[in-house]
Amino acid sequence: MTFRIGPRTNQIIAYSILLLMTLITVVVLFFIIGYVFKNGIGQLSLEFLTDKTRDMGKEGGILPSILGTFFVTIFAIIIATPLGVGSAVYLVEYTKGGLIHRIISFGADCLAGVPSIIFGLFGFIFFVIKLNLGWSIISGGLTLAVMIIPTIIRTTEEAIKAVPHSFREISYSLGGGKLDTILKVVLPTSLPGILTGVILGIGRAVGETAAVIFTAGSSLGIPTSAFSSTRTLAVHFYILAREGISMPKAYATATVLIIIILLVNFIAYRLMHRFMAKYY
Amino acid sequence: MIKVSIKNLNLFYNKVQALKNISLDIEKNEILGVIGPANSGKSSLLRAINRLSENDYARLSGTIILDDTDIFTIPINDLRRRVGLIFATPVVLPGSIHKNMSYGPKLHRRFKGSELDEIIFNALSAANLWKEVKDRLKDSASTLSGGQQQRLCIARTLAMNPEVIMMDEPCSGLDPISTAKIEATMFELKEKYTFILVTNNTKQAARVANKTAFFLAGELIEIDKTEKIFTNPADSRTDGYIRGKFG
Repeated sequence: MTFRIGPRTNQIIAYSILLLMTLITVVVLFFIIGYVFKNGIGQLSLEFLTDKTRDMGKEGGILPSILGTFFVTIFAIIIATPLGVGSAVYLVEYTKGGLIHRIISFGADCLAGVPSIIFGLFGFIFFVIKLNLGWSIISGGLTLAVMIIPTIIRTTEEAIKAVPHSFREISYSLGGGKLDTILKVVLPTSLPGILTGVILGIGRAVGETAAVIFTAGSSLGIPTSAFSSTRTLAVHFYILAREGISMPKAYATATVLIIIILLVNFIAYRLMHRFMAKYY
Repeated sequence: MIKVSIKNLNLFYNKVQALKNISLDIEKNEILGVIGPANSGKSSLLRAINRLSENDYARLSGTIILDDTDIFTIPINDLRRRVGLIFATPVVLPGSIHKNMSYGPKLHRRFKGSELDEIIFNALSAANLWKEVKDRLKDSASTLSGGQQQRLCIARTLAMNPEVIMMDEPCSGLDPISTAKIEATMFELKEKYTFILVTNNTKQAARVANKTAFFLAGELIEIDKTEKIFTNPADSRTDGYIRGKFG
């Protein structure tokens, strides 16, 4: 006797399994965020956000780390975005899937898979020592830039490839050159996709520890120049927890970190939405 | 007066020959209808005339003369301004109606004051679209209906102040009313421009074209006055196609 499941039961089973999978993912995510928030949110205060760090982080706030994170990330994005977008445009629009394209794409993919500690080590040897930039915002920013360029190249590449060929033909048929077409049609159309890549990059940069601890250092002073050593939020959290300095402060720092990442995503999403509403 | 003169034009995509030794002349201020079944080389002909075929890695031989000048000696941007192309599916660029209209003119020169608005007004009026869009120039062009989008594409080309307008099955996706509007527009504009109309709809060629050319498998079978082609064609294959025996 063969056992058969009717199409209706089949649908119900498939639906249940998919729902369960989604639920597991969402529950794990919310559990982590909820757990960190539960332990950290009570510690948050205006003072915590605006005060200097005292006694290695046992006392005081995290203003230096907030500033450090901000500057290192901004620096990385400012360097990585033009390089990444430029490379992607070159790859898609000028190399036409030839050997160069494949080699560079392969390289970018490999680079995206390299563990961040390797980038940290590279940044330490190259930027900190060889270029003599020292433990600084510049070294940290450059290292993070190298790390997120592949992400930006890949997402931009996909976004540019998704621009309909007909848009390009229209531009050419109206007498537009290749550069006109790229600047006025291709890039504006693929902007939402490019932004997604930049946001992913920001996310990686903000949350990174291994790559910055070797390059930006772990100084607790308020950064005064691009050559100041600084301790990013993620590094600060890591040190607080690892060295058992103060778990409550560690959770509070983690809460701030999560809120920043959520905010970046939220703002970017709103911007993208507004952009889409205007153009489509 | 001859506007476009094509002599011994051959066009290859890799080893496939899409156009075989085509020679034909297009008179100024007339509408040349180009008919023929799929893969007969109609679109390739248009894309050769504004050199868009170069983007498809096509290989060309022969000559195409625009007003006594070989098109390969005309700067490509200039050629494409002078010879406009309307595609089968209306493609509006992302952005407003105004942005679509100003894209072409702005590529070629700078404008002062209301000069550009005037060009846009004239072009939209000529394409019989001004009344429908005058209050919504800032709206996204994709909010227009299919027929309106195609007239926007025509207006966008007119804003370049072209000399020749080529249309590649401009009404293939449109309803009869939109089609009638576009045909009426072409009739009005014939005084100022020269048209090449590729169409799958032989009746459309019969309605609007002064001369009609019949293409088959990359060859020009015959070209003559439209009445002659549709009543007494010289070649039996033309007759067969028009009567709907193949294609």
